[in-house]
Amino acid sequence: MQFKYKIAGGDFTNAGNASSAVKKILKQLNVDHVISKHIVVALYEAEVNIVAHAYSGVIEVNIDENQIHIILDDKGPGIADIDQAMEEGYSTASPQVREMGFGAGMGLANMKRNADKMLISSEPGKGTKVELIHYLKPDAG
Amino acid sequence: MKTIDLVKALDLKIYSGKDFLNAEVSGGYVSDLLSDVMGNAQEGQVWITLQTHKNVMAVASLKDLPAIILVKGYKPDEDTLKKSEEEQLPILGTELDTFTICGRLYELLNKS
Ligand SMILES: Nc1ncnc2c1ncn2[C@@H]1O[C@H](COP(=O)(O)OP(=O)(O)OP(=O)(O)O)[C@@H](O)[C@H]1O
Ligand SMILES: [Mg+2]
Repeated sequence: MQFKYKIAGGDFTNAGNASSAVKKILKQLNVDHVISKHIVVALYEAEVNIVAHAYSGVIEVNIDENQIHIILDDKGPGIADIDQAMEEGYSTASPQVREMGFGAGMGLANMKRNADKMLISSEPGKGTKVELIHYLKPDAG
Repeated sequence: MKTIDLVKALDLKIYSGKDFLNAEVSGGYVSDLLSDVMGNAQEGQVWITLQTHKNVMAVASLKDLPAIILVKGYKPDEDTLKKSEEEQLPILGTELDTFTICGRLYELLNKS
C-alpha cells in the first residue's frame, strides 16, 4: 500500500495534515496503538520540518505487513552538518516560526527517539531526504 | 475525572467543542513549544499553553489530548476554533496565569 502527500514550504495552515491522514489510515488498518503513536510523532516532526525549513516536498508512505517505511524528500536549503542539526536545541528557525512555538530544536531528536530506524541524507543547496522505518510486529527489528 | 469536571471545578471558559467534554483527563502538560508537547505529552493530558494558532490543534489531535486550556485570557484564532470543532477537541480558557491554573489543576487531579 502506498500513499503520497505534497507539502508546501511555509504553509503552516496545512502543517500536520499528512500526519493526520496517516494516523487515520493506521487506525483503519488496526495498527497497534503504541506503534501508531510513535509513527505519528516522527512523521509530524518530519512533515513540519519541510514546512518550516524547505521549499516543497513529497511524503511517500509505504505500508506492508511488516513495516511502515516513510520517505520525505524535499527541495530546500538542505542540511550542511547533520550531526549538528541532530543536537537537541540546535535550530535555524526564523523568529516568526519560533514565535509560533516551533524551533525548539527538538524535532529531529523526537524523530530519532520514535522511529525504529531513521536515515537522513542531504545535499546542501538542493534538499533533504529523510527515511523513517517503523516495524509493525512487536518482535521484528 | 472528565473534561467537563475540570470546566466546572476551575470555572473554565468554553471557546469550542462544548459537545466533546466527556473525555477522560489523566493529567496535564504545560508547554508553549510544539515539539516539546509532541515528544513528551501523554495521551489523556490536558495541554496548558498560550499558543492560539491552528497548529496547536494538529498537535493536540495527533497526541490524543482531551482538551487545550489557554491561559491569561488568550483567545483562539478563528481557524483554530474551526479545527477544534472538526477534531472534536475542545478549547478552554482561563483568565489566570499558567502558574496559578496549573496549581489548581494539580490539586484537583490529585485529590480525586
Ligand atoms: N527538511 C529540512 N531542510 C532543511 N533543514 C532542516 C530540515 N530539517 C531540519 N533542518 C535543520 O535542522 C535543524 C534542527 O531540526 P529540528 O527539527 O530538530 O528542530 P527545529 O525544526 O529547528 O525546531 P522544532 O522541531 O523543535 O520545532 C533545523 O533548525 C534546520 O536547520
Ligand atoms: Mg523541527
